[in-house]
Amino acid sequence: MSDQLNAWQLILNGDAALYAIVRLSLAVSLSAVALAAMIGMPLGALLALTRFPGRPVLVVLLNAMMGLPPVVVGLAVYLLLSRSGPLGAFGILFTPAAMVMVQTVLIVPIIAALTRQTVEDLWVEYRDELAAMDVGPVGRMATLLWDARFSLLTALLAGFGRAAAEVGAVMIVGGNIDGFTRTMTTAIALETSKGNLPLAMGLGLILVAIVIAINAAVWGTRAWSERQAG
Amino acid sequence: MSRFWSLAFAGLFCAIANGAPASAADRSIVVASTTSTQDSGLFGYLLPIFTAKTGIEVKVIALGTGQALDTARRGDADVVFVHAKAQEQKFLAEGFGVKRYDVMYNDFVLIGPNSDPAGVKGKDIATALKTIQEEAAPFVSRGDRSGTHEAELALWKQTGIDIATVKGAWYREIGQGMGAALNTANAMNAYVLSDRGTWISFKNKGDLSIVVEGDKRLFNQYGVMLVNPEKFPSVKKELGQTFVDWLISGEGQATIAGYKIGGQQLFFPDVER
Amino acid sequence: MRAPSSDLPIVLAGVSFEAGANKILDSLNLTIAPGPPTLIVGPNGAGKTSLLRICMGLSSPSAGRITWGGRADRAPLRRAIVFQRPVMLRRTTAANVAYVLAQAGVPRQHRASRAAELLNRVGLADLAARPARRLSGGEQQRLALARALARDPEILLLDEPTANLDPAATRSVEDIVLAAAGSGIKILMASHDLGQVRRLAGDVIFLVRGRLCERKLVVDFLDSPSTPEAARFLRGDLVI
Repeated sequence: MSDQLNAWQLILNGDAALYAIVRLSLAVSLSAVALAAMIGMPLGALLALTRFPGRPVLVVLLNAMMGLPPVVVGLAVYLLLSRSGPLGAFGILFTPAAMVMVQTVLIVPIIAALTRQTVEDLWVEYRDELAAMDVGPVGRMATLLWDARFSLLTALLAGFGRAAAEVGAVMIVGGNIDGFTRTMTTAIALETSKGNLPLAMGLGLILVAIVIAINAAVWGTRAWSERQAG
Repeated sequence: MSRFWSLAFAGLFCAIANGAPASAADRSIVVASTTSTQDSGLFGYLLPIFTAKTGIEVKVIALGTGQALDTARRGDADVVFVHAKAQEQKFLAEGFGVKRYDVMYNDFVLIGPNSDPAGVKGKDIATALKTIQEEAAPFVSRGDRSGTHEAELALWKQTGIDIATVKGAWYREIGQGMGAALNTANAMNAYVLSDRGTWISFKNKGDLSIVVEGDKRLFNQYGVMLVNPEKFPSVKKELGQTFVDWLISGEGQATIAGYKIGGQQLFFPDVER
Repeated sequence: MRAPSSDLPIVLAGVSFEAGANKILDSLNLTIAPGPPTLIVGPNGAGKTSLLRICMGLSSPSAGRITWGGRADRAPLRRAIVFQRPVMLRRTTAANVAYVLAQAGVPRQHRASRAAELLNRVGLADLAARPARRLSGGEQQRLALARALARDPEILLLDEPTANLDPAATRSVEDIVLAAAGSGIKILMASHDLGQVRRLAGDVIFLVRGRLCERKLVVDFLDSPSTPEAARFLRGDLVI
């Protein structure tokens, strides 16, 4: 990326490096959201519908983990994936896969905790009907998750927001390698450290614009779907 | 609608798969280097030339020298390229490196506000530092075990100042890279020791300029080492050695000398022949 | 394949139900046998809803025993319930019915036609594709009936299903209930409306403060009540 041009000129000229960075950022964060949803939603629903000793402690912990410091998670995952660490043989460190992994860890608590609250609230309403229809435990989870889908979409957006904004963890496990693991946020950090503040700010505005666009798209989809499904 | 989403997810995973872990056939190496070297823009200039010639992709992780060497100690890099000779030799003695080669040098410069509150402009480095300490003028330190930080500490020592005991609120250790240190010095109107390469390519100079330079004690030597494959069999020794060999070859050295900003050469090749 | 056993008769022996400190049902002895609809009436707080929930198996008695066709296990094999305010699943009308059919084990290829048949029966065929949450109160109650009938029940329990509906909607619901009764389904229904009792009932269970006050054929109850509480209730007085 030429340091002389400002961010807007880069967009207009279709700067390949900029587009590669945007693509990578979206790919990493969206993949993390997808993975975190697959793990976090059933987990949240399970926690909402079951009762066991120590459950309140687990709920509090899950809520607290929404605020996990990204650098701490980054460090922990780095030590796991390092060649000297337990998962080193897979060679995932300093690749986008490691970045997806660390962001997934960060946002599973958000999605799980919000799912738990949403499903628990809905369960109060649905409990008698589902019992009367003799729906089993798995069916209950699936039905509540599907019926809560519009609220859960907000949980997914919260997770995406966290992932897209994060810089510490992906810097540590990704290494901010030019052309390979450089995302919008790590690029902004780099340009700032090079004193290239206008470019860094421009990149920041592009990132914000993209996140707004995604939220708008989700809003539109939700509005359309709600018209279909009531 | 659900078909759309499954296609979307499939597309996402393909995008990620393109960045999947390196397979045996993939020609790339991980080089642990320093933020100052990266911030100077040298790699952006040097590496495409190397890759075009050899087809080897070089992935640079830029950290402080201490962190870079630690990354290699964990086996997460194939080559280290840093500038702190004492730390490098310790690394070698511990058996983590194969052989150390001098590659290039640049120099450090003392940066300060144009107003020069401590009045050190043009002095030699020892006097300048002593004056800064006596005047308690604001001074930003890297504080991150980097090559620059090591050099700074060595300079305080040479001046006869035990910085660990006499540092006060004027001495601000930020624990970050060179660019961050320069940004901070700019914001605080403080003095800071920087390598010339980063300084020349730095875009936020603000009210700062060079106050001391050219002192022989400000010499900054860069060295390169292949990480020892006997410690870590996963090290790509042939590809890594190719990179090391190229850096110290006539062609590599000439390329280093060819890197200029604003017509100024930043690094001076100095492989021992 | 459904179990061949029946859920009838429902026998309550000494059943009490407490919620916290309140005794809502007090030592009930009742038998619900096959036959014409049984309507449960009584003032508010008499325990009609709790009785229905226990008969459905949604709640357990605090004391006493309840058996379905001689069985004590609570699995609702051949019973279905319609609540006063039904919960619509967030999907279309037809999908709501298909959901219940799926839960009841009807194979996928038969669900669409069965759902259409049921919607026809309750007069919602035109609204099959509409989101269920956007149906009117009366339409939602008819959909709840379709869902209940989808379980192919022996017994259909209803908890004051027309309490919130206008007369036209009430009429539609009553027609469906009568048709179901006519096809051999036992109806057990709580009602607040004496006119409805007269229109639908075979026999009446009259509850006051959780106790069984009277159990008679409908004509006998309405025209010649044997207890003072029943008499006051039929006159429209408050039964405290």
